[in-house]
Amino acid sequence: MTIGVVVFPGSNCDRDVRWATEGCLGMKTRFLWHETTDLGGLDSIVLPGGFSYGDYLRCGAIARFAPLMSSLIDFVKSGGKVLGICNGFQILTEIGLLPGALTRNQKLNFICRDVSLKVTSSRTNWLNGYNHGEHISLPIAHGEGRFQCSLNTLNQLKENDSIALQYTDGNPNGSIENIAGITNSEGNIFGLMPHPERACDSMTGGIDGKRILEALIGTN
Amino acid sequence: MPNFQARVLVSLRPSVLDPAGEAARSAASRLGVDGIGKLRIGKSIELELEAPDETEARRRLELLSERLLSNPVIEDWSLDLKQVSSNKIA
Repeated sequence: MTIGVVVFPGSNCDRDVRWATEGCLGMKTRFLWHETTDLGGLDSIVLPGGFSYGDYLRCGAIARFAPLMSSLIDFVKSGGKVLGICNGFQILTEIGLLPGALTRNQKLNFICRDVSLKVTSSRTNWLNGYNHGEHISLPIAHGEGRFQCSLNTLNQLKENDSIALQYTDGNPNGSIENIAGITNSEGNIFGLMPHPERACDSMTGGIDGKRILEALIGTN
Repeated sequence: MPNFQARVLVSLRPSVLDPAGEAARSAASRLGVDGIGKLRIGKSIELELEAPDETEARRRLELLSERLLSNPVIEDWSLDLKQVSSNKIA
């Protein structure tokens, strides 16, 4: 069981993810430079947070053309699990593996704080470790996290039970329907703005993120 | 081969809230400029390219605008294209 963490120029949560998956949870993890196309032997892949390619043009717009990404599409088609955190979520929407788009926070400020979230889907095993409706706390750190999509897409997300995490106790960035994280209809891709890797060790705050990362090696 | 100059204008779709535009609009009234009902911020991308003819130049730029320069989920784009003689490009 091995987890791959993609490293783009400008990623800055790649080491945090590895620290969490390997250091806190004891799961074998290796880095994947964005130019590699060999994803052999991996059970799941994490697109970490940060500012890939300086977020030039739009967040995630350049990263989607990285050589690794065409292999990632094959990996997804064959059922591989992909977790996109923050900038990773933005990349997944830019490449079209998840619907919608992440846009500038409504109040323009970069937000870095813990937020309250509700687990709103138990359809996939990404959130199997939580009770349906459970309230958890995870940190967010983003300037462009306002999830936007068309009404049709929103209805589709609801019909598919794809809305996985919603902000409660206020909407920090103006996301439609308080959306903080969604899954694809097949259930093997999960994108979210909060950072579960920063909530895996009680020494540094909460541990509510642990069960999301543990799902990287769970069966779908 | 003919040279072309192009400008691609990328704007947020009307249904997408533009918080930066809203902030600029309220700054406009603080500056004393009144009567601004709408202010939307977009991007202007200037390009120079070589292509066998205008149809081909347009085809390439449309592909670029659709796939890279804009995100069709939230943005619209428009294209201005003109042919220039090669010595006019610095």
